[in-house]
Amino acid sequence: MSREPYLLPNGRVLRYTFRERLVHWLAGVSYVYLLLTGLAFWSPWLFWIAVVLGSPTISRAFHPWIGIVFLIAVCLMYSMWAAQMGETSADKAWWQAIGHYIRNEDRQVPSADRFNPGQKLLFWGFFWNAIVLLLSGLILWFPQSIPWNLRFLHLAAVLIHPISTLLTIALFIIHVYMGTAMERGAFGSVIRGDVSRAWADTHHHSWYQQLLRDSARK
Amino acid sequence: MSQASTEIIRISAHAGPVPGAGIDREFQVCKLVDTTTCIGCKACEVACLEWNGYPFSETTFANTYQTMPETTWNYWNLIKFNEHERADGSLMLLMRKDQCMHCEDPGCLAACPADGAIVQYANGIVDFQEAHCIGCGYCISGCPFNIPRFSPAARKVFKCTLCNDRVSQGLEPACIKACPTGCLHFGTKTEMKELAETRAQQLRDQSGFPDAGVYDPAGVSGTHVIYVLHDAKNPEAYGGLPKDPHIPWAVQLWKKPLKWIGNLGIIAGVVGVFVHYLRFGPKVVREDELRSHGEIK
Repeated sequence: MSREPYLLPNGRVLRYTFRERLVHWLAGVSYVYLLLTGLAFWSPWLFWIAVVLGSPTISRAFHPWIGIVFLIAVCLMYSMWAAQMGETSADKAWWQAIGHYIRNEDRQVPSADRFNPGQKLLFWGFFWNAIVLLLSGLILWFPQSIPWNLRFLHLAAVLIHPISTLLTIALFIIHVYMGTAMERGAFGSVIRGDVSRAWADTHHHSWYQQLLRDSARK
Repeated sequence: MSQASTEIIRISAHAGPVPGAGIDREFQVCKLVDTTTCIGCKACEVACLEWNGYPFSETTFANTYQTMPETTWNYWNLIKFNEHERADGSLMLLMRKDQCMHCEDPGCLAACPADGAIVQYANGIVDFQEAHCIGCGYCISGCPFNIPRFSPAARKVFKCTLCNDRVSQGLEPACIKACPTGCLHFGTKTEMKELAETRAQQLRDQSGFPDAGVYDPAGVSGTHVIYVLHDAKNPEAYGGLPKDPHIPWAVQLWKKPLKWIGNLGIIAGVVGVFVHYLRFGPKVVREDELRSHGEIK
C-alpha cells in the first residue's frame, strides 16, 4: 500500500487504485444484474424487470452465471482488502459514536483509518452473504439433481437465498446512498480514483495523517 | 364454462318454463384410481405415451416388477410396485399408478415465480404452460408428491396434464380409456368420491380390508386424482404416497410472511435514506480547518 504514490502531484490524494476501482465495478455491475433479475423472480409485481432484461428465461439462465462473476469479484476484493478490514480497538469507540456519525456530528466521531468500521461491516456483510448465496444458489441452480430424500436442502435454499439477499439489500441501500448523496466526493473516488486532501482528512483522518507521515519520512 | 354463452335463461313470449333451466353442472373433474383392482398391466402408461407423443423409455431391472424407478419429464404416468408384508405375515403386491395429483391447493403453482407458467382450470386440472416456463424448478420444491420433472434439453418442467386437451373436448383421459380392469374411472369430483367411498365400504364389509379407505388428502384441500387403498392408514406403503401432504412450510413462509417483510424492509430502507438526507444532508468536508493548518491553499 505504501508503495503506491498516494499523495498525487496535483495536490489530490489517491483513494482507490485502478485495480480496486475495476474490481469494485465488476462486483457492482454484477450485483445490480443479480439484484434486478432476483427481484423479478421475488415478486410478480417486479416480473417485468426480467422481460426488460431480455426475457424471463434468459434472466433465469444468466442469473447463476453472473452470480459466479460476482463471486469472483468478491474473492478479488477479499484478496485486496481483507487485511485492511480487520477490526481494531478503535472500532468499538466508533460504533459507540454511531449516533453522532449518523447526525453528521463528525467532530465527535473517532477518526477513521482507510476504511471506517461501517465500511468494514459492508465488506464482511457482503463477503459472508456472498458465500451463503453461492451455496444456496448452487442448490437452486440444479433443483432437478437434488434427490427426493435430500429435499430439505432445496427447501432450506428457497428460504435462505432470499433472506441472505435481503441482508445485502440493506447494506446496498446504505452503501449507494452514502457513496453518492451523503459523502460528496466518494463516488468520484471510485470512478477517477482520487479525492481532495480535505476529503481525506475529514472522512479518513487517521489514514490521511499516516500518508502525510509516510511521505515526510521519504 | 364455454357453454355459458349458449345456455338460455329467458325466452320471449314463451309459454312454460325455459327448457333446461335450473340445471346445475359440476365442472370439477376427478380421476379415481382403485389400487385394489389394478393388475399392473401398464396399459395406462402406454396410452399416456401414445396420446402425448412420447417414446417408450428404456426399462431397468431390479428384481421387481418395477420397470423404471420413477416418472421422467416425458414419462408422466408410472405404476409403482411394492411388496408389502401384512401383519399376519402374508405378502401383498401393492400397485399404484403414480402421476400428478392435481391438488386443489397446488404447491407447484404457489412456488412458481413465472407469470402464467402454471394455471389451474375451473375443472381442477393443474396445467404447466411450457411457453411461459422459465425452467427455474421452484415447482419441484413446492410439490409434496415429487411430480414435476425438468427436461435438460428443453430447460423446462413437464408433468401429467390430466389430458386437459382431451377433457376440454369432452373425452376422458387416455389412461382411463386404456384400463382393462376398470380400476380407473373419470367423472365429476362428487361422483368419483361417491364411487370411491362405495368401493371402500365394500372392501371393509366384504373383502376383509377393515382399514380400506379413500385417499383425498385434506392438507392440499383435496386432489383431483383420488385413490382407493386397501389400507388408507398406511399410504406410504404404496410407493411413497405421503400420509399428510401439504405445501412445504418453507415455501409458505417464503411466499407469504418473508415476501411482505422483505418488501416493507426494502421500501423502508429507501424511504429511510431519503428522509435522512432531508434531515441531515450531506457530510461537510472540513476545508477551513485544513486551510488554517496550511495543509491546503
